[in-house]
Formats: sequence, structure tokens, C-alpha cells
Amino acid sequence: MDPLRQSPSPGSSRPSSPRTPPCEMFDYVGIEAVLDQLKIKAMKMGFEFNIMVVGQSGLGKSTMVNTLFKSKVWKSNIPNLGTPTPQTLKLHSVTHIIEEKGVKLKLTVTDTPGFGDQINNDKCWDPILGYINEQYERYLQEEILITRQRHIPDTRVHCCVYFVPPTGHCLRPLDIEFLQRLCRAVNVVPVIARADSLTIEERETFRQRIQHNLRSHCIEVYPQKSLDEDTNDRILNSKIRDRIPFAVVGADREHLVNGKCVLGRKTKWGIIEVENMAHCEFPLLRDLLIRSHLQDLKDITHNVHYENYRVCRLNESHLLPQGPGWVNLAPTPAGRLATPQSSKVCQQAQDDAKDEAY
Amino acid sequence: MAATDIARQVGEGCRTVPLAGHVGFDSLPDQLVNKSVSQGFCFNILCVGETGLGKSTLMDTLFNTKFEGEPATHTQPGVQLRSNTYDLQESNVGLKLTIVSTVGFGDQINKEDSYKPIVEFIDAQFEAYLQEELKIRRVLHTYHDSRIHACLYFIAPTGHSLKSLDLVTMKKLDSKVNIIPIIAKSDAISKSELTKFKIKITSELVSNGVQIYQFPTDDESVAEINGTMNAHLPFAVIGSTEELKIGNKMMKARQYPWGTVQVENEAHCDFVKLREMLIRVNMDDLREQTHSRHYELYRRCKLEEMGFKDTDPDSKPFSLQETYEAKRNEFLGELQKKEEEMRQMFVQRVKEKEAELKEAEKELHEKFDRLKKLHQDEKKKLEDKKKSLDDEVNAFKQRKTAAELLQSQGSQAGGSQTLKRDKEKKNFF
Repeated sequence: MDPLRQSPSPGSSRPSSPRTPPCEMFDYVGIEAVLDQLKIKAMKMGFEFNIMVVGQSGLGKSTMVNTLFKSKVWKSNIPNLGTPTPQTLKLHSVTHIIEEKGVKLKLTVTDTPGFGDQINNDKCWDPILGYINEQYERYLQEEILITRQRHIPDTRVHCCVYFVPPTGHCLRPLDIEFLQRLCRAVNVVPVIARADSLTIEERETFRQRIQHNLRSHCIEVYPQKSLDEDTNDRILNSKIRDRIPFAVVGADREHLVNGKCVLGRKTKWGIIEVENMAHCEFPLLRDLLIRSHLQDLKDITHNVHYENYRVCRLNESHLLPQGPGWVNLAPTPAGRLATPQSSKVCQQAQDDAKDEAY
Repeated sequence: MAATDIARQVGEGCRTVPLAGHVGFDSLPDQLVNKSVSQGFCFNILCVGETGLGKSTLMDTLFNTKFEGEPATHTQPGVQLRSNTYDLQESNVGLKLTIVSTVGFGDQINKEDSYKPIVEFIDAQFEAYLQEELKIRRVLHTYHDSRIHACLYFIAPTGHSLKSLDLVTMKKLDSKVNIIPIIAKSDAISKSELTKFKIKITSELVSNGVQIYQFPTDDESVAEINGTMNAHLPFAVIGSTEELKIGNKMMKARQYPWGTVQVENEAHCDFVKLREMLIRVNMDDLREQTHSRHYELYRRCKLEEMGFKDTDPDSKPFSLQETYEAKRNEFLGELQKKEEEMRQMFVQRVKEKEAELKEAEKELHEKFDRLKKLHQDEKKKLEDKKKSLDDEVNAFKQRKTAAELLQSQGSQAGGSQTLKRDKEKKNFF
């Protein structure tokens, strides 16, 4: 008694079947009410967003995060002169719940103090990559359980903001190495930090050089050109791509300018207004990250980067049973994942294998 | 390599931080909705009911359109499922609607196995989704979800109680799909009978432990309306695609000599309630329940059946992948063993055949040798004989010449020779 199927079989995965006939409806049915249903459900569940800030100390990462989310998300720590610089790279994560007009957002910010601060910065990206992959691993483990939760808590890093020091020349080798490795695992948004030390012309030349560097090293930062879905996306995203990396200034103090209270940095030669497009490009960054592309960032992390990780992971377990690269698939404790991380991302398996051989 | 030290400060379950200004993430729900709209929605309805209860008509009425399809006959040998997919568009929302209908349900004489094709079909959709999810390279976000989100069970308007076929089928389906029972062709029942009928049905369902879909009442915005609707289950509906002029409006209705039944009149039937509940209020919840409850249950059962567990008896946490890997290795090992065996057998056979062939060859050689020898012997014999014959012939010739010579000598010598000749003759003889 096989069911008589007149439409294409459900096993085939294709975006939309060209053979389903469009039907005309004579009257209002109410299908678009499903949008309201979705909204209600989303508001009830709340949203999650995980952001990681990477850059050398003193570039204003914590201040930037505070400015972005207009709250004391991170207590910016000014290191005392007495405390020694950290010998190892420690990742710090802080989670907050912020609410605006009934929308709850669970925000997790991961900071990377000590990145690029040592004398020998070789492989300083490994702990970061390890952390990102550990989040993917956590999600994967939850997903392949037999009895799994209704809503898997999402700790995967959705966006990594990379702070480029404002040298004015071009990207340093450390930056290039790091960006190359990371852009395949997570959405990377590079920004020029402390842009108030560059004039507008210097900014433009710096930006051009950085874009040139990125292109010549095949680094695809967010929004990725290869992931544009249709022409609308492409038009919108190419406008953004023209301005990447954004030159930003962070500030969490308010000053009085023309009778208005604005966030800014006060210097002897003037007040740099953070929200003023003529002064810096912070509004662009904020709009990109929060107002227009937040959902897109999460979607790309889930559909592209997580799937890539999953493919590599599942393929690995077939290719290398109990070999030197065997990863114990049982949930591993954190911190143990430093070793096989570099082989996780497929494309960089070759060059990392070379590194490991040394 | 620098060691990783991840310090997570969650602080007794995330503290709420006040915002000092407008950040802008209140547009998040809109972003989410826009994404969903661009992806499109899909909704799958299964209509289960006996032939002639008005399933296709109801679907046409619900979605205000004429779906194609001819009515089924009553002579089907077994229950079959017919499925059709349509693309509906309303303002900017695109819906891929799949309607699956049972054909021949309740028509057979022996209805014991009637529910089986339906259950198999639902399981097949779950299986397809599970396969896609377990693939290594998968495209879940563009996958056409064919799992049944809602099952409308059509109850015949007898006015008494549920048929045993209905009870059995609903019992089998309640753990696999969201069942919404409806009383079909309810213009055949009067109002008082209807209330009694509804009470009887609900009590029968409860006493038999059938779990029908309850509209969710946990969210305040829809709790009230859902709560009241829950009390009206099962909905008594009428379907009609004909439009008649009533008053000064064109309305969907059925005309009888004694009056006209309006489909969208709440006093006449519960059609409007059904449409509200099914489409306008709970479509997303139906999909959610299908995915998080029914599909998860199916997945759990299927994986446990295949032998995967979440925890091992030695309390070592196993994972799906590890057990899968172990099974795969086992399978591969077995495969290899079988291959070896087959190879051995093949080699053996080849050897045997070779030996046989060699034997035959040897035999042939021997035969050939023998024959050859035989021929040689014969040849020799013949030659010997020929030689002896030749010798005889020579001897005879010699004697002939000698005799002639003697004769010629004898005729010259006269008689003296005759004695000698006689002597020689005697000697000769």
C-alpha cells in the first residue's frame, strides 16, 4: 500500500519545487497571521547573541562593547602598573540580559586579554580557535543526543570583532595570520580601533590598503561575498563591503555639545562625537551588528560555519579511527581541546599540518 | 602552545543590565520575520476520513481555492494516501501547502489494517527528515519539510458515538501527529443532538486515552481564545464552495428546500473557529509541536532501536557518533571477513578447476603418445614385410637370370650338358 505521491518526494532537498502549481485564492484566508505568531514566539523565547572582541590590549575593546550596547557590559579594566602582563592568553566571557521594548537579548561578550601582547606571538590564535570550536563542539554534542532539549542553548560565537591598531600603514603579519585562520571558522568584522589618531585622509588610505591586503590574502570577512543570496543582498552588502573596515572610536562618557548630551571623547582640541558620522563610523558598525544584520550573523554561523565544522568533525571520525588524529568523541573537558583544533577546519588542514610537524 | 583558560562569569544566572540609550535591537523580531518570509513557510495537512465525508470540499473552503482532484470511488481495495502540494501566496507571505488525503478509508469489509498505511506514511516523512538530519553534508535550512503538521480527523455525523474504526485509528495516530477531530457534514445533525454528540465524543476519547491536540494556553495573548476553543472541540464543520446570494452579499452556503446553511455563520457551524485555530492563530504552534514533540519521539525511538544509547552501563558517557562509529567498524570488519571468505572460495575453485584441466591435458598427451607409438610399430612391421618381400623378389630374379643363363649354355653344349643340366636340375630342385 504505497502512498500515491503526485508531488516530488520529500527526501530530495531542494529550495523550492518548480513543479508545484501556484494556486489563486479568491478571498482572504489569513496565512500572513503566521508572521505575528512567529513574532510572539520569538519575543517570548528571547534572543541570544554571542560576540567576541579580539585585539591587543589598550585598543579600547571593552569601551567599544560598552558603547555598542550602551551599558556597563564590561568593566573596562585599566591594568595597574604593578600587575605583570598575563603570560598566557585567557578568554573572559560575560553574559548579560538586556531588554529593549519587550525584546530580551541574552548577550555574551568574550574578551581576549593578552592577545598579541607577548614577545613571541606564535600560535596565539590557537586558544581563540579552540574556544570557538569548543562552542561548536558543545552544540554538536547536544544536537546528537538521543533525548535532546527543546531549545539547545546557543553559545557559538556569532561574530568576532577584530581590532586593527591604527598604524596607518597596512595589516601586520599577525593580523593577516589571525584573520586568515579565523574567517573560515567564524564571521569576522575587522575595525580600525582608536581611529581618532588618524585624519580622514589617512583613514581612507589605511582602509584601501587593508582592503587590498584582505583581497590579496583571500580573507573573506563578513558580509561574505560568496554568501549573498540575491541581488538585493548583494547591493546592500557591497555598500557595506566598501566601508569595511570601519574606523571606530569608543566612548562611554557623555559630554555636552551644543546643548545636547552625546557620547564622546574629550580632548584639548575638541570633542569627538561617537555617534556623529562625520567623526567616526561607529554608527555603521552598530547598525551592521545590531540593527540590520544580527539575525543574518546568527544564521550564517548556524548554516555555514557550524555545518562546516560538523562536516569536518564527522568526516574525521571516519578517516582516522584510533589514528594519531583520533579525537575522543565523548564530551571532553574544556582545555583539553588545544591539540586537534587546527585540523578542524578543513581547508587549513594542510598548512596547519605543516605547522604541527615542526 | 599557550594553554587555554576560559573563565566564564555568569554570576548567578545572568544579571540584567540597564540600557542607557536606544541600542536598536528591538528590530530583532522584524529581522527574524523578514528572514522567514524570504525563506517561505510550509504546512502539511493530513485529512483522514471515510470516503464521501467532504474532505476535499473542506480543504477548498478553508483555503478559498479550488484544488484539483477527482472524487474517489468506494471500490478501493485498500487504503491509499494521495498527496498534493500547492504554492499559495498572500500579500508577501508564500506558503507551500501539502494536503494529504486518505483514499478508500473505511470502504473495505475488513478494516483491521486500515490505519497501517497512514501510520507508515507519517513515519516515512519523519524518516526522510531524520535521514537528512543525520547526513554529513546536509542542507537543513532549505530542506522541504514534509512532516505532517496537523491531522484533521473527519468523524461521520451519526449522532451517536465514535465508530470503533475511528477510535482505533486515532489511538494509533495520537503519538505521531497533532490530531484535530472534526465532525463532518454537520448540517445533518440538529443543534441539540450536536451538543450531546460532542460530549459523547470527548468522553469516549478521554476514556480511551486518545490525546488530541490541545490549543496552547500558556501565552497570554492567545490563552483566552485558545481556552474557549478547546471547549468547542470537536468542531462541527460544513464545507461548501458554492456561493449564494444571501441578503445582499455573496456567501458560501448550501441550499436546501427548507433553508440555507451558511458556512461562515458561527451560529450554523464551527467552520470559522476551525479556520481561526488552524491557520490564523496556531499554525506555527502546530509546526513547533510536530518538530519538538512528535519528531523527537520518533527520533528517539528510531535511534534507540538502532542500538544507540546516551549512557553506557559502565556510566561512561557515550555519544551517538561513537556508537555509530563502533557499529560502522564492526560492519566494515564483517564485510571484510566476508570478502576474504569469498576470495578464498574463489581461489579454491580456481585451483580445483586448474587441476582438473591439467589432468585432462595429461591424459590427452598420453593418448597421443600411445597412438603415435602404435603407428610407428605398424609402420615398422610394414617396412619389414616390404623388405622381406623385396628380398624374395630379388632372389627370384636372380634365380630366373641364372636359369636362363644355364638354358642358353645348355642349348650350345648339346647333350653333355643335359646330364649336367639334369644334375643341376636335380640340384636345382
